[in-house]
Amino acid sequence: MAKHPKHAGPPEPRSLDHAPAAGPAARLDPRGKVVVVFAYSVLMALCPGPLVPAVGVALGLALAAWSRLGWRLLLKRTLAVNSFVAFLWLFLPWQLTLGAEAGFGVVYNPDGVRLAGLITLKANAIFLAVVALLGSSHINDIFHALAHLHLPAKLVTLFVLFYRYLHVMRLEYLRLRQAMAMRCFAPGSNLHTYKSYAQLVGVLLVRSIERSERVYQAMLCRGFRGTFWLLDHFVWRPADTVFCVLGFAAIILLGLMQWGGYPWN
Amino acid sequence: MHISEGVLSAPVLAGGAALSAAGLALGLRKMGFERLPQVALLSAVFFVASLIHLPVGPASLHLVLNGLVGLLLGWAAFPAIFVGLTLQAILFQYGGLTGLGVNTLSMALPAVICYYAFAPWLRRGGKAALLTAAFAAGFCSVLLAGVITALSLYLSGEAFLAAAWGVLAASLPAMVIEGVVTSAAVWFLKMVRPSSLGAGQV
Repeated sequence: MAKHPKHAGPPEPRSLDHAPAAGPAARLDPRGKVVVVFAYSVLMALCPGPLVPAVGVALGLALAAWSRLGWRLLLKRTLAVNSFVAFLWLFLPWQLTLGAEAGFGVVYNPDGVRLAGLITLKANAIFLAVVALLGSSHINDIFHALAHLHLPAKLVTLFVLFYRYLHVMRLEYLRLRQAMAMRCFAPGSNLHTYKSYAQLVGVLLVRSIERSERVYQAMLCRGFRGTFWLLDHFVWRPADTVFCVLGFAAIILLGLMQWGGYPWN
Repeated sequence: MHISEGVLSAPVLAGGAALSAAGLALGLRKMGFERLPQVALLSAVFFVASLIHLPVGPASLHLVLNGLVGLLLGWAAFPAIFVGLTLQAILFQYGGLTGLGVNTLSMALPAVICYYAFAPWLRRGGKAALLTAAFAAGFCSVLLAGVITALSLYLSGEAFLAAAWGVLAASLPAMVIEGVVTSAAVWFLKMVRPSSLGAGQV
């Protein structure tokens, strides 16, 4: 006879990201990773020339290979990022003319093409670093790292609760969609569709408010008085110091390459 | 709105970050710790609702609902929207880390403006006033979000002028749809749980 599990409750909520945390980047302290990634992103976003972002893309690919995220996931995310960049390729190569003598028109603009290329490089350089370094940590560890980096406690608590209930509310939403499908709801461009979706949102809001009351009462029951205690603390290892030193050395080198007054820009 | 990484210029990024930080600080200060679960769960609902794609003719667009966020949360719209956008930037790389300031501002500032402009009507008026105010909140929040996004593109460089007009044109149908959905959702809340529209805002 098949043995029934003792606790046949709903399954544990799973995180929305399915990044396996196996590579060497996963073992690094998230505090160091957050600081390095942020500094690196700012540097890349500010670069005026294409050379440094191009180096950044190569560096990002190396980081992604090092953190062993899996190429399938990386490819999927790359496509998502570049779909936003593609929008700019639609608009940037063209310039609007609104002058009196030229009239209203659209002309080809080679500077726009260069700009679109630069943005593509920058966006991918930053994306690869973020996905390789932050994507290899569990999201709750990143929240804890933010708390250790002295972000406001309320904001960190908000992050933790938001992430905890995001999946719960998504399941709630999927259940409601199923119920609508059972009643032969077929979306179209009409008022009935928009009203139905509005009521779906309304039900989700009412349920979330009621759930938040229960959550708060449960928190009070456990002695919540405004402080959301962090239970695990990170251990800084020599490898983290090495990572941070290397990371900032790379950032300073790239900064010198861009703003050091060298002729290659 | 999502502006991808590397598009905006340094002064625009810094300005957006500073203004968002101020709004965030104010929102956090006005939000007592007893409201943390409620703001977090409402934020999660708005995140999930943004996955709903509405058919509009041959195309489809997704809900933003920042007007509704403003009506329900007031200044807490800043932290609620910031949390969602940050997670989106880390998990899905939509928007990006350096653009968080501008992207938060473009959604949360219209939410707060709609809160001051339209939330009082929800408590006083009859059905017509309520539906009109909620429609206006949905409409204006997307309009203002489009204006802030277009402005930040335009301030980053003249080359973005065409893209800025594109953003505004693309948000035109979204304004009307958001207005309709927001007013129907507010009417639903009024019927089912009127307390969520009245007391408890920050």
